[in-house]
Amino acid sequence: MDKQLIPRGLRRTSFTNFLMWLVPWVLMLGVGLYAIYLCLAEGLFHTNMDNRFAFGLWIYLDLTVIALGAGAFFTGFLLYILRRDELKSVINSAVVVGLICYSGAVAVLMVDVGQPLRAWFTFWHPNTHSMLTEVTFCLTVYLTVLLIEYLPIVLKNRKLRQIPRFMVFEFQLHKIMPVLAGVGTFLSFFHQGSLGGLYGVLQGRPFAYREALGIWPSTFFLFVLSAAAVGPSFVLLITWLVQRISRKQLVKPEVFRFLGKVSGILLIVYILLKAIDTLIWMNYTSPESGFAAYMFYHAGSFGTWILVLELVVLGLVPAVLLVTPKMRARPGVLVGAALAACCGIVVNRFVMTVQTLALPTLPFDAVLSYSPSWEEIATFLAVVAYGVLLYSLSYRYMTLFPQERDLYQSSWR
Amino acid sequence: MEQATEKKSRFGMLIDLDRCTGCGACMISCAVENNIAPAEQKATTRTGVTWIRVSAMSNGAEFPATDTVYVPMPCQQCEKDTPCVAVCPQNAVDVDPQTGIVGQVPQRCLGCRYCMTACPYHARYFDWWDPRWPEGMEQTLNPDVAPRMRGVAEKCNFCHGRLHAARTKAAAEGRTDIAPADYVPACVEACPAHAIVFGDLNDAESEVARGAAHPHSFRFLVKLGTESKVYYRSERAWVRDNADAFRLA
Repeated sequence: MDKQLIPRGLRRTSFTNFLMWLVPWVLMLGVGLYAIYLCLAEGLFHTNMDNRFAFGLWIYLDLTVIALGAGAFFTGFLLYILRRDELKSVINSAVVVGLICYSGAVAVLMVDVGQPLRAWFTFWHPNTHSMLTEVTFCLTVYLTVLLIEYLPIVLKNRKLRQIPRFMVFEFQLHKIMPVLAGVGTFLSFFHQGSLGGLYGVLQGRPFAYREALGIWPSTFFLFVLSAAAVGPSFVLLITWLVQRISRKQLVKPEVFRFLGKVSGILLIVYILLKAIDTLIWMNYTSPESGFAAYMFYHAGSFGTWILVLELVVLGLVPAVLLVTPKMRARPGVLVGAALAACCGIVVNRFVMTVQTLALPTLPFDAVLSYSPSWEEIATFLAVVAYGVLLYSLSYRYMTLFPQERDLYQSSWR
Repeated sequence: MEQATEKKSRFGMLIDLDRCTGCGACMISCAVENNIAPAEQKATTRTGVTWIRVSAMSNGAEFPATDTVYVPMPCQQCEKDTPCVAVCPQNAVDVDPQTGIVGQVPQRCLGCRYCMTACPYHARYFDWWDPRWPEGMEQTLNPDVAPRMRGVAEKCNFCHGRLHAARTKAAAEGRTDIAPADYVPACVEACPAHAIVFGDLNDAESEVARGAAHPHSFRFLVKLGTESKVYYRSERAWVRDNADAFRLA
């Protein structure tokens, strides 16, 4: 049965080897599910969050994986809207990664809130002024879009294609892909932005608060841009990782270079705007709310080094490497720069979520510390395990990299 | 909905920090009045629920110039762009235009804690545990206040149960306005030093409105522009001078 499901012309490891690979991830998922059960059944006291650190590891990682998952919408945008056909070779993989990131984030959110059964209230009596409402709306709809985009990948499976109705359906789905890509881009623009807006609107948190452009704080646009910038880098990284683990060439090197170039150009624009935004905040926004910006970097262990790390070491440096053709021609530099760019966004989301909450506001408060409980870590690792499992199954039984067959056959000849 | 029978109020508070001894009677009376369950054994100062919390603030000077002030901090009932109202995704927080009181609807709360992140005064609390009373102690519950379930945010609402009681009394006596003496939050009543004054800020003659206008009265984090309705007062300049932001150690 296993052999009949594997796409024609592709080499895959033996079924036993595949099962052995899955075992540790299944165990990790199991532990995480137990932690989730504890939080849902007994209460959120199982976490190390508290009234002051009301958002913790989960929100931080949700924001991070959603930013990294932006590769799905942005690759779709480049392929279907801007017609960059070379991205056909990674779009399926990007969709699966996006689906994992988004479904994982939504699952963790459902554990994170105190009353998950009331989630539908947001649709029933929404507060249209809340960034979280916009996030909830867009996330739910976009997750549906991702599921529909994932469907043709599943239906293309060798066995499922034998059912004529599925084949027709898959063909029809393919025809509307550009529409879905457009809808996905539109929705992603809003929720990536709203995730930034989530913190940018916090007038009571001068470290995060930013000036508004129209009805949105500047972080709205910075989050959209940064997510679009690192999305391709993350697709590049995942593809590279799958190549290493499976020891196969899956896409042509020029696809990697193209992804790197797109990432680099957007990253340059992002870093430039982020620098301007930071300067405006330091000299204008923050002092006006009664807090001199230097105070934030003298309280606790978050010195200006974190700013340099985020904007220069993990921002400007990888951006320059990625836009320089000579540099990105070297595979080591290309992958390293993509990794650094992704880490830059990891740091940015950390600053926006964790550092914002750690910093005090009142004169009798001190900098707070927080370290996640094992339940929080296990819950997140469950999402990682779920991601690896879904990706592994998709990789084995579906065609995630259309160039793989040709590359394999040409290497054989 | 506009209620024609009642005049518009802006309930506010004035806390005299020079009178406060930091005894914590306000916290106890608040917990009893508002059916706050006894803290779980594992609860900490950061996970326990206290709608009003007394914190100590020192001037940081060497002896003999050392000076400490105790700051009781309930919800500051912000009036302008109330930070917790705008962020709530499902309208579980609102400002009553009739009273200016910021209300929380626990039955509608998702428990996302975004409001707690938004509040610069850290005056919002989350129910990390199921509320539990030792056997027999449930007899002491206040029938005018609904206890909150696990997984929602809660906060001071200026003893809303007492406002309802005052309104009921006024209606029974054929009055359209409540008598100021009938609506006094529990902390105000319990403070042995008479450090807390409560009343209608719209009534220029009220003790709270007159006190709030005093040059030694101030509000915390006033530059954030939240226009809170809880005023503080101290004759000591260092207390007033430090009210706008956190201090570097």
